[in-house]
Amino acid sequence: MDVHEYQAKEILSGFGVEVPPGALAYSPEQAAYRARELGGDKWVVKAQVHAGGRGKAGGVKLCDSDHAIQEACESMFGRKLVTHQTGPEGKGIYRVYVEAAVPIEREFYLGLVMDRSSQRVMIVASAEGGMEIEEISAEKPDSIVRSTVEPAVGLQDFQAREIAFELGIEPGLVSQVVRTLQGCYRAFSELDATMVEINPLVVTGDDRVIALDAKMTFDYNALFRHPQISELRDKSQEDPRESRAADRGLSYVGLDGNIGCIVNGAGLAMATMDTIMLAGGAPANFLDIGGGATPERVAKAFRLVMSDKNVQAVLVNIFAGINRCDWVAEGLVQALNEVQVDVPVIARLAGTNVEEGQRILSKSGLPIIRAGTLMEAAERAVVAWQNDLTQATRMRAVK
Amino acid sequence: MSILLDRDTRVIVQGITGRMARFHTKDMLEYGTNVVGGVVPGKGGQKVEGVPVFDTVKEAVAATGAEASLVFVPPPFAADSIMEAADGGIRYCVCVTDGIPAGDMIRVKRYMMRYPRERRMVLTGPNCAGTISPGKALLGIMPGHIYLPGNVGIVGRSGTLGYEAAAQLKELGLGVSTSVGIGGDPINGSSFKDILERFENDADTDVICMIGEIGGPQEAEAADYIRDHVTKPVVAYVAGLTAPKGRTMGHAGAIISAFGESASEKVEILENVGVTVAENPAVIGKTVAQVMGKAA
Repeated sequence: MDVHEYQAKEILSGFGVEVPPGALAYSPEQAAYRARELGGDKWVVKAQVHAGGRGKAGGVKLCDSDHAIQEACESMFGRKLVTHQTGPEGKGIYRVYVEAAVPIEREFYLGLVMDRSSQRVMIVASAEGGMEIEEISAEKPDSIVRSTVEPAVGLQDFQAREIAFELGIEPGLVSQVVRTLQGCYRAFSELDATMVEINPLVVTGDDRVIALDAKMTFDYNALFRHPQISELRDKSQEDPRESRAADRGLSYVGLDGNIGCIVNGAGLAMATMDTIMLAGGAPANFLDIGGGATPERVAKAFRLVMSDKNVQAVLVNIFAGINRCDWVAEGLVQALNEVQVDVPVIARLAGTNVEEGQRILSKSGLPIIRAGTLMEAAERAVVAWQNDLTQATRMRAVK
Repeated sequence: MSILLDRDTRVIVQGITGRMARFHTKDMLEYGTNVVGGVVPGKGGQKVEGVPVFDTVKEAVAATGAEASLVFVPPPFAADSIMEAADGGIRYCVCVTDGIPAGDMIRVKRYMMRYPRERRMVLTGPNCAGTISPGKALLGIMPGHIYLPGNVGIVGRSGTLGYEAAAQLKELGLGVSTSVGIGGDPINGSSFKDILERFENDADTDVICMIGEIGGPQEAEAADYIRDHVTKPVVAYVAGLTAPKGRTMGHAGAIISAFGESASEKVEILENVGVTVAENPAVIGKTVAQVMGKAA
């Protein structure tokens, strides 16, 4: 789960990481007022969206007057900010963060991630701050300093010092960098983050080490023990269908195609999408209904897929181990009786209790196209979608 | 002797009193798995499906001689249960639980390192379907009837995609020596490489079928291992060709976040070391059959 910059800064500052003084605003007037409260004569207005690359997209503006702040805000509030991380639809700006501008001497990159090779937390740092880490690894790979943390004892000061010296931090400032690294690591491990990124971490003209930007991502699976983090969720930054799915315990990712997918198991769901593509179609979504799916949950999955207006056929592919085919079939029948489904439905069931599942489907009298194998299911879905398309065109022609 | 478990392997189920755990305990017993007990703190003395329940793993091991464990415990408590198994003398543990915090798994992996290699528990999962040696024993939640006994070793992240492969093999009259689910989480007990090593040294396995997906370095690490150490033919399929970058596809670990983590890059890496890659999931079985035909 992502949080906003201002939230990440508030969290990190609680762990001893120094951040610039700043305040949140929900309107241009409030932003100007916040700036006056902060004092000084230069401020940065930053759009709060869950995406990187805000600066280049016009989401970060340096202002030197009341008027400039209001103007910067007018260009942000209510708009969608499109960065290289948001996709073409962008992310809505409903909050801005106003910060006192900081005189920058040097910029560094600092990140903490779950390293899947060592299966430990890894600190990644570079003296090439301000650039995205992807750019740094492509253009200046030698500038990257890496260090993994022994989970039993946590980050040691000597490791943090080593990183600081490798980055070329002046000896007098090393202790501040150590404090920053320790704060980031403690926040990461105590709050079950999966990523902490400070880019840039800056050394100021008056010799302070400050986190100028901050990004944190938290482990969904650990939110149950961090209610204070769960509360930071901002649904305005999520795809509405994906939020609705998450609230129902389903794993959904919207895509551009028109064949909706309802599958159990993430691997099989991806394989189903791939097969649809190979059969000449395009999947409308990834949807894993998970293990132990009840008929109610399958029905919910159906409503979710049908809420995508691009869907012109639905492929249900269930290989049942933990969830049984009869449950799935019941859910499917229940859904098709409750939800208005005006597109072809292709169902492929296999595994535990498959005969019972098939019996329920055929007894229902519903017009479900059945398939025996994955390829057959994908091909029938593509054919059904094309036929449906032809029919729709014909109907329009008749009208 | 198959890898990881056999007909005689004595198995306990941690969390056996839960509804799904009962269902699958019954299923495992019917398949012929030697389930000798269960562990649920505070429920010692009860019986589930005719097997005794103990309060701790240590008690269960002392009373039954259990060697393997299936962890069927909810996510907040699962890591603790795995560590209890590691400390209680269990040699092989499968954890099916989906949703364990990654930080907990980092702790589990570190904790297991406190035992010398020869006494260290082997863990597969979490978030996996389990392990089956067809005709012998089943430790997990897979439908046993879709597997024929045979000499193809299957290792994969996804449960249901593994079933798909086994069902295709059965359709062609091909059987499986052992099928191992390593799970869809970013931090897991055993990697592809760990299981490939076992199959390479397993007299019952002639061909290895590896089912990967987007995200993480384990397919690429497996490719290095195959190039240097594996003499048996390997067939692979990698799911997620249509998966967009930077999005989590169901499994916590299925996310393309670095170079080499997309399906097409993994396919290339595997092909470069001589692995035969099935071009779509519907032909995994057929590809294995072709490779076996050539090898014979």
